[in-house]
Amino acid sequence: MAEEERAEGGAWYRVYLLTWFWLLVVTALEIGVVLAGVPRGWLVTLLVVLALLKASLIAAYFMHLRYERLNLVFVVAVPLVLVVLLFAGVARDALNVFLLRP
Amino acid sequence: MSEMMRVSGRQGSAASAWGGGESPFAVSWAKLMMWLFLLSDAFTFAALLTGYGAVRLVAGTWPRQADFFNITAVVGPMTFILICSSATMAVAVAAARRGAWRTTARFLWLTILGGLLFLGMQAFEWTGFIGEGARLTGFVGHQADLPAMFSATFFVITGFHGGHVSSGVVYLLVKAVQARRGRASAESIEIAGLYWHFVDLVWVFIFTLLYLV
Repeated sequence: MAEEERAEGGAWYRVYLLTWFWLLVVTALEIGVVLAGVPRGWLVTLLVVLALLKASLIAAYFMHLRYERLNLVFVVAVPLVLVVLLFAGVARDALNVFLLRP
Repeated sequence: MSEMMRVSGRQGSAASAWGGGESPFAVSWAKLMMWLFLLSDAFTFAALLTGYGAVRLVAGTWPRQADFFNITAVVGPMTFILICSSATMAVAVAAARRGAWRTTARFLWLTILGGLLFLGMQAFEWTGFIGEGARLTGFVGHQADLPAMFSATFFVITGFHGGHVSSGVVYLLVKAVQARRGRASAESIEIAGLYWHFVDLVWVFIFTLLYLV
């Protein structure tokens, strides 16, 4: 893991500091977007994208996933795609309510 | 039989990660197990949040979160504290890798402090919400007409997350004492770090879906 060795000794702290900084920036942005009163559809989309961005930052740099072997990254990340199926399965049922309401 | 021999022969060579070498993931079993546990935990949280989304859609009307929770003065700072504690945890892991155990212990204590502050603020928030008439099974008092699922999902999801933070605090306490005595391995600190960062990662979604959306 050449990259890891290069980042060893001092450079790690820089990576952590930058990650911390961007996480705070995105969080401030999230709260700002809510306070700014962005239209509902855009708000939800934007917030979900920003949350995914924050989660990726944490997993990649704080949890070092970016420096792990690619097959470990796949083992962790690929099953999460199934969450989309979970949402799709439940959303259909939940959205039916709108058709049932007069 | 010949297939088995072929496979075991390939294992011995450990040439390619995809070929099932001796350590295909290039991490120890303990770290791999933590990753697998966190993956299963991610699905538990995903199921809870999916259920939350479904009942919120079905409920039709949903109270404005800002009427019950102070996003800028309480929940925002809670998020800030958790992100900071994740950063101090990362520093503790880096220090452990260098063998700087005093620094490791110091930053682990800072992380624990962050966790305790977070839990304190969550307790404050729960107290306020319960004061408004929120219960696990619905609302009582003058708010009784609010959707029961609003308080139920809130208590279950933030409670489950708070449980994770509490166990994380105990986990880190053990590691801090071990680090102080020089009896922790750098990898065990890193594995504890994985757990702590995951708790922060989950909060990202809870914060977004329960408080902001």
